Amino acid sequence: MLNAQCYDSLVDLSAQIGPLTLKNPLIAASGCFGYGVEYKEAVDLASLGAVCVKGLFLHEREGHRPPRIVETPAGMLNAIGLQGIGVHRFVREHLPALRDLGATTIVNVCGSTLDEYVEVTKVLSDHEGVAAVELNISCPNIKAGGIQFGCSLTGAHDVVALVKRATALPVIPKLTPNVTDVASFARVAQEAGADAVSLVNTFLAMAIDVETRRPKLSNVLGGLSGPAIRPIAVRMVWECRQAVTIPILGMGGIASGTDALEFIIAGANAVQVGTANFFDPLIWNKLVADIEDYLRRHRIERLSDLVGGVEVSAFEPAWIDS
Amino acid sequence: MIVDIDAEVMANTKLSADYNVLVLAAPDIARQARPGQFVMVKPSGSFTPLLRRPFSIFEVLRDPSGTPGAISLLNKRIGVGTTLLWDVEPAGRVLCLGPLGRPFEPVDPPAEAFMVAGGVGLAPFATLGDALIARGTRTTLFYGARRGPELLYTEWFATRGVTLALATEDGSRGDHGLVTQPLQRALAARVSSDPVALYACGPTPMMHAVWKLAAGFGRDVQVSLEPVMGCGMGGCYSCVIPIRNDGGQRHFVRSCLAGPVFNASRVVWEDLMG
Repeated sequence: MLNAQCYDSLVDLSAQIGPLTLKNPLIAASGCFGYGVEYKEAVDLASLGAVCVKGLFLHEREGHRPPRIVETPAGMLNAIGLQGIGVHRFVREHLPALRDLGATTIVNVCGSTLDEYVEVTKVLSDHEGVAAVELNISCPNIKAGGIQFGCSLTGAHDVVALVKRATALPVIPKLTPNVTDVASFARVAQEAGADAVSLVNTFLAMAIDVETRRPKLSNVLGGLSGPAIRPIAVRMVWECRQAVTIPILGMGGIASGTDALEFIIAGANAVQVGTANFFDPLIWNKLVADIEDYLRRHRIERLSDLVGGVEVSAFEPAWIDS
Repeated sequence: MIVDIDAEVMANTKLSADYNVLVLAAPDIARQARPGQFVMVKPSGSFTPLLRRPFSIFEVLRDPSGTPGAISLLNKRIGVGTTLLWDVEPAGRVLCLGPLGRPFEPVDPPAEAFMVAGGVGLAPFATLGDALIARGTRTTLFYGARRGPELLYTEWFATRGVTLALATEDGSRGDHGLVTQPLQRALAARVSSDPVALYACGPTPMMHAVWKLAAGFGRDVQVSLEPVMGCGMGGCYSCVIPIRNDGGQRHFVRSCLAGPVFNASRVVWEDLMG
């Protein structure tokens, strides 16, 4: 549980994500925190900036056969296959509890078609207690939907524009890193009316058991996450910060306050913590304490003053174009 | 309440070439632990391995006044994580999250209890045996291993009043063969109206064989399954087990929340056996 006196200090940790004000920049990442309620005994959900719950389609999904995860150096691959209870069961079974626990709930919305994204969002918009929707246009582990929108500029534009038209909730597309230039996708999202973007989802990857010569995951391919991807994710957040003015929710291997600050200084207005929940589920107190300590040491009153504050001199990105 | 402790290693006792018992100072976990529950552990301060490993709580250790103060883990070194737990020195630190999961349901007399263990699958049966004996339930441990020296803690169980039925594949101790042999004889010696609760933990093929044997006598088994587990909290959906629901439909449930103890009759064994 977070210590109440954390908030007595002079530093202001709040983060503005479009019309949504988060009490701090720390968000539990989708797919890494169940539906949030699983953690209620161990984590004070109201103390988090937000909880981003596991991706939801209209209907229930079984997901892939095990093995669904495999460890790699400082990281892991997953191919869960978006097992989930569907949006209708979610609003019935879990949303009331999240509301009662005081969680700021962001729902990760999935779709096999454009219509499905819209339909799921409409269901969520009709229920009290959803603070924003995050559009999953980047899951690498499912056949239909998701990444097919996230890897095409027009696809990304269309899904954001359509969902924006269907809801008053803030809309946050979650971008895939499995493209040549992620900043162009952030730009397109902004043009389509996105309130913010979140990035990055996992990196498409593969691991092979050399003894059996078989893939270690039943799905063959999976998404790489964890500390191993952090420097690439920081680079991508930095690139997107220069491409858009909307808020960025940065993520990729955050496991400490220092890691979170790196994303914020690169340009993230808030951060999501994913894989670290698996090995350090009570990480949240430490993250808040570390960030507050940093702000005090550097005499910064508002965390928002730090966003994008990286001091880069004489960077020549010519090699990117060559 | 689930707690996460950077627990001090109080002892690391090597039992054989591959098995050791780690004692961890974890009073808040020891006090709450129920038979069959588990903890998620890894040595402190490293991303290699990244994830914790699930371990059954082996023993709950009490101080002279009877207050629970520590837990032990039965470890078999197989991979990176278990080798680190083999090597850790006393006074070292191990991150320990728990207690987690659905426990066994101990039975009361006049029912008797059969605990069936294979190899490192002995782990959940120390706490279950304690709970059963405390209830006055007549308890037998059916315990199999490859070789006699791999049958661990047999004195520990015997001194507490648990009857032993042992089996080894090389015939060096107990029945020559699999643990299902003495179990078969014991089940055949009971009439169907005798209440017997069965509990099993070990390699998946062993638990499947125990379930098939028990089902032949019209009995169910509480099995403790050990899938690959990412978080232990229900967050990652990696540890799913195929289960048949009331309508007979197969679906995946998270073993960290719905298990690790399942009624064997619900498990879709043909999927689990791959």
